[in-house]
Amino acid sequence: MYTKFKLFSPQKMIHSLFLINCSGDIFLEKHWKSVVSQSVCDYFFEAQEKAADVENVPPVISTPHHYLISIYRDKLFFVSVIQTEVPPLFVIEFLHRVADTFQDYFGECSEAAIKDNVVIVYELLEEMLDNGFPLATESNILKELIKPPTILRSVVNSITGSSNVGDTLPTGQLSNIPWRRAGVKYTNNEAYFDVVEEIDAIIDKSGSTVFAEIQGVIDACIKLSGMPDLSLSFMNPRLLDDVSFHPCIRFKRWESERVLSFIPPDGNFRLISYRVSSQNLVAIPVYVKHSISFKENSSCGRFDITIGPKQNMGKTIEGITVTVHMPKVVLNMNLTPTQGSYTFDPVTKVLTWDVGKITPQKLPSLKGLVNLQSGAPKPEENPSLNIQFKIQQLAISGLKVNRLDMYGEKYKPFKGVKYVTKAGKFQVRT
Amino acid sequence: MSSNSFAYNEQSGGGEATELGQEATSTISPSGAFGLFSSDLKKNEDLKQMLESNKDSAKLDAMKRIVGMIAKGKNASELFPAVVKNVASKNIEIKKLVYVYLVRYAEEQQDLALLSISTFQRALKDPNQLIRASALRVLSSIRVPIIVPIMMLAIKEASADLSPYVRKNAAHAIQKLYSLDPEQKEMLIEVIEKLLKDKSTLVAGSVVMAFEEVCPDRIDLIHKNYRKLCNLLVDVEEWGQVVIIHMLTRYARTQFVSPWKEDDGLEDNEKNFYESDDEQKEKTDQRKKPYTMDPDHRLLIRNTKPLLQSRNAAVVMAVAQLYWHISPKSEVGIISKSLVRLLRSNREVQYIVLQNIATMSIQRKGMFEPYLKSFYVRSTDPTMIKTLKLEILTNLANEANISTLLREFQTYVKSQDKQFAAATIQTIGRCATNISEVTDTCLNGLVCLLSNRDEIVVAESVVVIKKLLQMQPAQHGEIIKHMAKLLDSITVPVARASILWLIGENCERVPKIAPDVLRKMAKSFTSEDDLVKLQILNLGTKLYLTNSRQTKLLTQYILNLGKYDQNYDIRDRTRFIRQLIVPNEKSGALSKYAKKIFLAQKPAPLLESPFKDRDHFQLGTLSHTLNTKAKGYLELSNWPEVAPDPSVRNVEVIELAKEWTPAGKTKKENPAKKFYSESEEEDDSSDSSSDSESESESANGEQDEEGGSSDDSSEDSSSEHRSDSESASEVGDKRTAKRNSKSKGKSDSEDGEKENEKSKTSDSSSADSGSEEESSPGSESESESESESRKVAKEKEKKKTKQDRNPLTKDVSLLDLDDFNPVSTPVAFPTPALSPSLIADLEGLNLSTSSSVISVNTPVFVPVKTHVLLHRMSGRGLAAHYFFPRQPCIFGDKMVSVQITLNNTTDRKIENIHIGGKKLPVGMQMHVFNPIESLEPEGSITVSMGIDFCDSTQTASFQLCTKDDCFNVNIQPPVGELLLPVAMSEKDFKKEQGMLTGMNEMSTVIIAAPQNFTPSVILQKVVNVANVGVVPSGQDNIHRFAAKTVHSGSLMLVTVELKEGSTAQLIINTERTVIGSVLLRELKPVLSQG
Repeated sequence: MYTKFKLFSPQKMIHSLFLINCSGDIFLEKHWKSVVSQSVCDYFFEAQEKAADVENVPPVISTPHHYLISIYRDKLFFVSVIQTEVPPLFVIEFLHRVADTFQDYFGECSEAAIKDNVVIVYELLEEMLDNGFPLATESNILKELIKPPTILRSVVNSITGSSNVGDTLPTGQLSNIPWRRAGVKYTNNEAYFDVVEEIDAIIDKSGSTVFAEIQGVIDACIKLSGMPDLSLSFMNPRLLDDVSFHPCIRFKRWESERVLSFIPPDGNFRLISYRVSSQNLVAIPVYVKHSISFKENSSCGRFDITIGPKQNMGKTIEGITVTVHMPKVVLNMNLTPTQGSYTFDPVTKVLTWDVGKITPQKLPSLKGLVNLQSGAPKPEENPSLNIQFKIQQLAISGLKVNRLDMYGEKYKPFKGVKYVTKAGKFQVRT
Repeated sequence: MSSNSFAYNEQSGGGEATELGQEATSTISPSGAFGLFSSDLKKNEDLKQMLESNKDSAKLDAMKRIVGMIAKGKNASELFPAVVKNVASKNIEIKKLVYVYLVRYAEEQQDLALLSISTFQRALKDPNQLIRASALRVLSSIRVPIIVPIMMLAIKEASADLSPYVRKNAAHAIQKLYSLDPEQKEMLIEVIEKLLKDKSTLVAGSVVMAFEEVCPDRIDLIHKNYRKLCNLLVDVEEWGQVVIIHMLTRYARTQFVSPWKEDDGLEDNEKNFYESDDEQKEKTDQRKKPYTMDPDHRLLIRNTKPLLQSRNAAVVMAVAQLYWHISPKSEVGIISKSLVRLLRSNREVQYIVLQNIATMSIQRKGMFEPYLKSFYVRSTDPTMIKTLKLEILTNLANEANISTLLREFQTYVKSQDKQFAAATIQTIGRCATNISEVTDTCLNGLVCLLSNRDEIVVAESVVVIKKLLQMQPAQHGEIIKHMAKLLDSITVPVARASILWLIGENCERVPKIAPDVLRKMAKSFTSEDDLVKLQILNLGTKLYLTNSRQTKLLTQYILNLGKYDQNYDIRDRTRFIRQLIVPNEKSGALSKYAKKIFLAQKPAPLLESPFKDRDHFQLGTLSHTLNTKAKGYLELSNWPEVAPDPSVRNVEVIELAKEWTPAGKTKKENPAKKFYSESEEEDDSSDSSSDSESESESANGEQDEEGGSSDDSSEDSSSEHRSDSESASEVGDKRTAKRNSKSKGKSDSEDGEKENEKSKTSDSSSADSGSEEESSPGSESESESESESRKVAKEKEKKKTKQDRNPLTKDVSLLDLDDFNPVSTPVAFPTPALSPSLIADLEGLNLSTSSSVISVNTPVFVPVKTHVLLHRMSGRGLAAHYFFPRQPCIFGDKMVSVQITLNNTTDRKIENIHIGGKKLPVGMQMHVFNPIESLEPEGSITVSMGIDFCDSTQTASFQLCTKDDCFNVNIQPPVGELLLPVAMSEKDFKKEQGMLTGMNEMSTVIIAAPQNFTPSVILQKVVNVANVGVVPSGQDNIHRFAAKTVHSGSLMLVTVELKEGSTAQLIINTERTVIGSVLLRELKPVLSQG
């Protein structure tokens, strides 16, 4: 007795992958099943043309025989060819993982880097996907299978003829902790944690906060020998409203004790990312005074913005950059900054003002005239300001790491925690 | 068979490949298999030479260049013979690259590819598992039909391989073979069946993938593995999780009955309809039948919950859709938080997630309402994201938030992204129709937009206003006049057409303007867009019918123009209208009704979400995203009316199942019994029987809900209570850790500032001389480290004074002082090299053996015993049961957590359930649950409480009150529930035991049959009675358990030592001799009974 679901579903998952650069050249292709002609990408180009903007290319495109799922990363399109039903996020997430791996291996995920390392790229893709189904995506495992290129190694290899490819199965692959490789050895054992918080906010015209929340991540750089078992605890774990974990974290421990207990992967990885509940009031560290106006029937307008510190907990706000997408009718801008430097790109209409640090004695401002296309109606909306900043040694939510304990190994590791607050999607409407 | 397959192959692969060759390289002739030896290509000639050289480095170089060619899509097929010779190369990298080449070209060069097969066959026997696995991978990737039998054999062998990695590859190979030759299906299903039984987490994802591809209809293969898959799920790699969750979602929809309340579905109506003929009695019977979730159903829902915390968006989405499709409606809410989290991800993820949220938010606004602001649009969002967010905002709009939303929309309307501005206007229109309170406000707003400078905005406003006015036609003359004026300026055809239509419809309300508009239009008729022309014709017709005096000539003029229009639609329409309205001798009976035909009341258009009809696709699927059925989409079936036999999921042999089978069995019987007792309609007698049944049922249900509900409660409390589970002294892996967390718990109960200081102190003093924590930031800025060290010193002092002040915590703090050294150098403390939880991790692959799970400090899983707190008869329909979830209490570390499940068995709401007067013995404390506003009929709710029993078995009496009544109830804890498990090593155990001798030791002799003295039986019996942790034991005949009392934290050590014959010695060591002796008394009969 069995109920029928529905019969026959042919090949699944990722069939082929094409890498396409901004000018529309397909510079790499890889097929996991039989070969799909490059011409399938025409549908993608068509959609790209229609979208006008790279950001607006739909991630999922349906063509007569295939489906194309693509991501846009670092000026490259990763276009995968799918033949049948598959959760689109599955493919998207995987493609991003591929891009992450390239980044990890070559330091950047660019056309040049990929072309220079085409063999390694191919070897990686071969290991990451088998018959279109992800096989090994953990960076620790991949690095045991295929060693990342270094100048020294390539020189040595060319002389000795030894290879970049490992010939034994990575131990992680078999254990229940696939993210860590075995036999890690360091002379200096170190564990660093970066608590990075980003403030996402929308500030309205009058300066009041429409929406604000804090998104944080803890990135770890762990260089510890052997199989260390770490537990990291916070002074105020209740702050963390919603958390997503690296697979290494023991969920039950967190649920019951609010302690992060884990055997770390080797090297750099993101331990958790979290959101601080939106109920908590978010301190906004900067304010902006702005007056942007365009005169009716005139070819110029005024532009005046000033930035000042607010609720900065006594820390310096640095690395301030203001980016403004000016309306299309703006021809040029003639501004004077009291501090830093600005650029205006008349093609993309993007104004960038690199401010630097705020010194409360003299608030940085940017003033001047805006030249408009004559005859065109004045823009009806003022552009919104996107602001970037950085505050060192402060986690704006108040999150504090309490302690880090290590079990399972007998040496004394060097530990460190660093806090940074940054602006995330921080937008001021004017 | 093989010839068949050949034909298949030629069609598909070969054809495509040659085609590609032509496209990609014009220099290379599309040679296929025949141009192999063409030597007119010098470029490839040197590659051939390199490949034939005897230096590995040259070969490697050549292979690298060839792979480069493949990557660029160039044809390298004529190098095949030269490359294939190297398949047996000793150099692993050359070998790998040859594999890459083979997989790419074998299909085109089948005969030559066969040369390599023997190499793989040999490699399949290699002692190195990586080589075995990769040989299988390549062998199965060579799409050459002639080797199907060899592949089949290889897969069969590999599926029995000792290495799970090879087995995983075997699962992958199944799919490849299936797509190469579907006729192998039956044999492959056998392999799948075998691999489904595999206990390795590595294999699970891959084999389920193969299952989905080869035989998704064979759910009978899943039954036996269902519970295992649920339990393994958390440990499967992320990609496998996605596949398994999707499969289990479909499985659940065929195997369990709907957990959704039926009264909001259509089914109920139908029932009522049929039952009107039937006896009323049966209907009430059916009403009374409480829905109990199959424990397996609950298992799935509970085990997927942690995965909402995954870093992988696909996993989170998969769990979300699982909750959406199979969990009770009341529990779906928990997914929204995680989905909103994904919105921080890259734009592609956002796009998909927003689409799914859009579908969900149509059906259930409440889910995402708290996150309204997360959907606010930023000017930097891509347009597609913006419109999706807008869609969701519209779905979420209600009376309460509409004013905020409209203010937000005002910003959007002004956006430079005009496409988005237009979408916003449509949105405003939809809000106006959905929420009648704001219709006028919206309309006014839209009218203001009519004077906007941007034409697209104006046009869109016109269209939306038209729709709005159509819905409430009266008293909007002014707006229509205003729009009539716009005709002079606006050029967008849709907008012009809309205005004309509107004037035509309301021509009697604007009698002066309408004819004038017609006049103007007549002038410009020839230059208008087709769409506008049609509406001019309509307007003329309507005016002709209502005001023929002024417009007769104009209309006829327009009709004449239309008659000679280029567009046949317009000519058609003109002819049609002329026949209808202009009286002539030929015109038939219809012209009498012309007025009725043209000026009929037209139904208002419904402004609906484009996501409205998407919900019939499973969420998170490609089909849902595209809103069309994708190839290979598997429908979710509807819930079955009656659940198929749940016993098919019972597993007999496996050890783990022991804990499960009791639950499983009752489960199995219950629905059946219930079914009969109801259909027999013996009113009185069945009443009592069903009564007792429902109790046992709910007991089952609760035991199962335990995980989920306690999770929920801990979550709830997390927002309210600062003193949290961390303070509840869940015992650490180490004693050090334990003490640590305890001191932390203490400080948590202090007020905020002190808390910070104190724990900081313990931290800094633990770092003490090394000052590890502080030194690294210190190295960045000197000044800070200075101040830091000063702080440390100060705080040390503070800490000391604090200890003096706090005599209560004295014993603990003293221990803390002892621990200072060990904490900073955890290794100095005599502990095993691996912490228990690490051991659990390393146990790895065989998760299903129960012993490995237990050594962790979390409570051992036992079926929960529920106790009746308030019987429904004495509670006037309110029934209450309680059980001890064996979790550290979240309300205070000295409390035992108690979960109370309240059931409303009446047919009306019970309101304001709360705890009234308490009668507690001295010292006992109770943390009550928050009052429950109301409990729906047949509803049930689980709340948690904390009671500090002061380590005694005294009864806590209190009143459970509703709005109208008060009931006296008691909770008396079994002694075993006053404990919390402790994880410790055997060595520690012995040390502690050595300190608890004499007065503190109690023992007794037990006599029982030998089958009761197997380790698992003893374990089960002891943990059933008491909440103790298992201490790993080096000896087979001694079993040790450790726990501590909840209130005082004194150790409670239980030892069962097996002696010759059928006797055993039960020893308990503890300071709390009273509880110790009670526990001894309770354990003795349990252990000795057979």
